[in-house]
Amino acid sequence: MDAFVQDTKLYARRKRRNAIAMVLSYIAAGSGFVALLWILGTLVSKGIGGLSFETFTAMTPPPGESGGLLNAIYGSAIQTLVAALVGTPIGILAGTFMAEYGRGTKTATIVRFINDVLLSAPSIVIGLFVYELMVRPMGHFSAWAGSVALAILVIPVVVRTTEDMLLLVPNTLREAASSLGASRWRVINKVCYRAALSGLVTGALLAVARISGETAPLLFTSLNNQFWSTDMNQPMANLPVVIFQFAMSPYQDWQKLAWVGALIITTTVLALNILARSLSSPRGQQS
Amino acid sequence: MENRPSIQIGSAVASPNETRDALNAGYAEKVSIRDVCFYYGQSIALKNISLPLYEKQTTAFIGPSGCGKSTLLRILNRMYDLYPGQRATGEVLLDGENILSPTIDLNLLRYRIGMVFQKPTPFPMSIYDNIAFGIRLYEKVPKSEMDGRVEDALKRTALWDEVKNKINSSGLGLSGGQQQRLCIARTIAVRPKVILLDEPTSALDPISTAKIEELIYQLKADYSIAIVTHNMQQAARVADFTAFMYLGELIEFGATDMLFTKPKQTKTEEYITGRFG
Repeated sequence: MDAFVQDTKLYARRKRRNAIAMVLSYIAAGSGFVALLWILGTLVSKGIGGLSFETFTAMTPPPGESGGLLNAIYGSAIQTLVAALVGTPIGILAGTFMAEYGRGTKTATIVRFINDVLLSAPSIVIGLFVYELMVRPMGHFSAWAGSVALAILVIPVVVRTTEDMLLLVPNTLREAASSLGASRWRVINKVCYRAALSGLVTGALLAVARISGETAPLLFTSLNNQFWSTDMNQPMANLPVVIFQFAMSPYQDWQKLAWVGALIITTTVLALNILARSLSSPRGQQS
Repeated sequence: MENRPSIQIGSAVASPNETRDALNAGYAEKVSIRDVCFYYGQSIALKNISLPLYEKQTTAFIGPSGCGKSTLLRILNRMYDLYPGQRATGEVLLDGENILSPTIDLNLLRYRIGMVFQKPTPFPMSIYDNIAFGIRLYEKVPKSEMDGRVEDALKRTALWDEVKNKINSSGLGLSGGQQQRLCIARTIAVRPKVILLDEPTSALDPISTAKIEELIYQLKADYSIAIVTHNMQQAARVADFTAFMYLGELIEFGATDMLFTKPKQTKTEEYITGRFG
């Protein structure tokens, strides 16, 4: 071995540097992992005690009384659902424009840039925007406004993943479908979407995960409601705002419910991420 | 493949007079390529190409990499139109109609001219749907007839016995050679007039290659075929006519036997004897 290495000192120095870089990256990765475990551990230890059947059957209580989170869970679920139903088709069609019809055009470049800005825009700005757009003219907070604010957050995530996933579909597949005489939309709809399906579903799931914990846009739009309400035209309870309100309160039973709510959201987001990951990995390798 | 009849020697060659001789000998021009030039943006890729594709005959395009043979093939169904910045000049007549005309409907053109690509391109759907996809584009076919069409296409490509028990499973699960035969089945299922094959066996093993060559030979009974190949033996085996291209120009076109045994151009002779390429 030594016979081949001309400068053993240099080699030893490189080996040392490698060891240092390796240890540093291990520490960085470990600290990220520890932080996640710490958050999850805290949530579980503080939240699991308050979790009961009542959490899912009773409304948010006034201070000093027992209660649950049913109205907040329902509100979060319905507003997230509406936002996903509105935002996903818009996002997929916009991504389709960028990857298919408008690929390589100036318009697509501009749309991509704007989309990236929107993707990193602070969500509170979106909340204020929808406040001015809907809440002020309507004169009251509403679940519709909350859903619109969340939909605006869904769109850039879905646009991004849709474009990325469609760009992964090989051109030979498009050419093959076109060579049979299929129109462009038929090629996209029947072949490209199908080839990119797991990626598109993953994008939509990640977008849902992203909005299910958003607080700021809802503070200005759907606000909160301590009673059961299914009227989308009225303020509606939702988990993030309830957590915000309850966690800041001086009442212990409210604080306890805030921990429970945080645990529910985190578990949901974790589950969505795992689902998205399991959908995208094994079948995503097809060429 | 052994019982293949030998091809008539000296039946057709490039010059206009002799082309007329070929017509007299009973070959009809299915496609006439006339004075075609092709550009990728500013750079020219094909220079004044003129040659015929005869009805129910196989024409092979050979030549070193980058000579423009695939480019020429992609003009015949205007596949290049999918990409901005690519354009062709000249005329390509399919049954007398100029397909380079800007008014031609590209989808209907491609419906009439089928194409099989270098890499197998099964769609991400079942074997059945892979074949039905093309048929459904332009025909309303009842289920029973569709079943028959799918079976027929798979039988003609000798794939039926291999896939009949898994016709509803994904086309992506087939082997490379099977996938390529599926793609050919998909192409003939829509009953095109011309079939374009762009190096259809370059990604396949020798046994699959032999099956596909046999298939090309059988398809000639019903279709006019153009095949691009970088394998000269393949051209000699499957083609009635061969065109040798070099650096974007057509150097020689003629009956395959003539071109391989008595090439007129020294460039052709050098290429087929392996002195360059």
